[in-house]
Amino acid sequence: MIEFDNVTKYYKSNIGLDHVSIKINKGDFVFLVGPSGAGKSTFIKLILKEINADSGRITVKGHDITKMSARNVPKLRRNIGIVFQDFRLLPKKTVYENVAFAMEIVHKKRKDIDKMVPQVLGMMGILDKKNKYPEELSAGEQQRVAIARAIVNKPKILIADEPTGNLDPDTAWEIMQLLNKINQYGTTIVMVTHARDIVDKMQKRVVAIENGKIVRDEFGIYGYQEMLDDGSAQPEKIFDTMKVPQRTFKARFRRGGNK
Amino acid sequence: MRSLLYTIKQAFIQFGRNLNMAFISIFAITCMMLILSLFFILVINVNTAAETIKGDYDSIEIFLLDETTEEQANAIIDDMKDEDGVSDVYYKSKEEAMAEFKGRWGENGYLLDSLQDNPLPNSVVIMIDNLEKADDLANKAATFDGIEDVKYYKSTVDKLLKATHFIQVAAIIIMIFLIVVSVIVVSNTIKLTVFNRADEISIMKYVGATNWFIRGPFLVEGIIIGVISSGVSIGITAVVYQNLIDAIGAEVYSMLSMPVVPMPFLIYNFAWIFMALGISIGSCGSIISMRKFLDA
Repeated sequence: MIEFDNVTKYYKSNIGLDHVSIKINKGDFVFLVGPSGAGKSTFIKLILKEINADSGRITVKGHDITKMSARNVPKLRRNIGIVFQDFRLLPKKTVYENVAFAMEIVHKKRKDIDKMVPQVLGMMGILDKKNKYPEELSAGEQQRVAIARAIVNKPKILIADEPTGNLDPDTAWEIMQLLNKINQYGTTIVMVTHARDIVDKMQKRVVAIENGKIVRDEFGIYGYQEMLDDGSAQPEKIFDTMKVPQRTFKARFRRGGNK
Repeated sequence: MRSLLYTIKQAFIQFGRNLNMAFISIFAITCMMLILSLFFILVINVNTAAETIKGDYDSIEIFLLDETTEEQANAIIDDMKDEDGVSDVYYKSKEEAMAEFKGRWGENGYLLDSLQDNPLPNSVVIMIDNLEKADDLANKAATFDGIEDVKYYKSTVDKLLKATHFIQVAAIIIMIFLIVVSVIVVSNTIKLTVFNRADEISIMKYVGATNWFIRGPFLVEGIIIGVISSGVSIGITAVVYQNLIDAIGAEVYSMLSMPVVPMPFLIYNFAWIFMALGISIGSCGSIISMRKFLDA
């Protein structure tokens, strides 16, 4: 679904990504972790073709996007839903309009919009809020609207950039359940996060980036090199104490998630 | 079609939400277009004047001695007809010359009736269709027998044409300058509305809207501003110009024996040009202001 082949991106004064190769398969749920400035945002921006790689090849849904012309970028993005930490809803539009907006942009018929939007809002559990404005909603509800907007066009890939960063733990967990549900319907999810408890609890694939390099890529728990160095976490010990549910792994492998 | 309607609807919504800014730019552009129209009217009238002048002076007149016979005159006519750059050659008798002269004096023409003899000479008039050849033709005309004088108003024509040319060029430069300023004003207005909607635009881009889809409503908004501005300035110009020619047109005519361009003719041409101009100013302004936002 998403493949980086020896991708390098340098900024003027620092490293974005340094010879990164990774394969994210269809249906994967990937946590992208690492310290601030490690290259997580670069990773996401490259997938969205917001920036271009200096070298290497990036394939999204079988298309080499490093060779893609700027004209085709909108088409690429229609296959990718995106959720932000700060929700980015349009304040002057109602919940319904905010979601419908994403469909209007891609020229969907009114009839389809009127059918699809309530369906997605229902799935997110906020159908009763459809005529409210974003400021009238709680943070968790706003993020649900944002997720509804991200998935209403049925993208194959959902990118979530710290979607729980502004939420309290309970609400964050609810949002994670929704993302999990979306993932189970077959959408590939790449989620940037700093929320260790969530990553540990979800037991998904965790990719750690540090100084532009992937330092770890395995199922299970949160962690990256810097944490280990300062002794704030001992992954081995955590692994010992954590009970990794076998079922999750099996389910992964059945779907061919970890090939 | 659906997206076109969406674009236009969005543009009007945007326009409504930014009424203040829209009015400020409409005001500014209208002012500039009024100055523009001033120069436009000037240029049109100068052009008409230049044409009139050319019409009056694109001839060489050979004044004949009274004793020159008609055969001699015909010989001159035949000779000149074959020359390059000559469109027509004809004989003008002293009576015709007098009638024309009276015509020019208009109401005061009766004064000429008191003349006992007609002091004007017979003449041969050579109409020129290529002013470049005028000098050669005048020199050749001077070689014929039986002529008193050759009148060719080259220096006058040259001076007048130079003056009108200068006015035209100056006016066009000022007009271009004003148009550029208008584009900048529109682009700044649109830039403000774009800033207001930077979030919306970034979301639109993330969801996969094409650049033209995002640009569309702003483009239409710019065009609305341009069309309103040009409409207002066309209206004002029409009213002012009509009043102006009502008030002083007749005097200008009698003073310079030169017609002013009539209002309906002017406004008809002017309206099209200004509408096109308003639309271009509006659309250029909005495209320029969007450029940076749509780069990434």
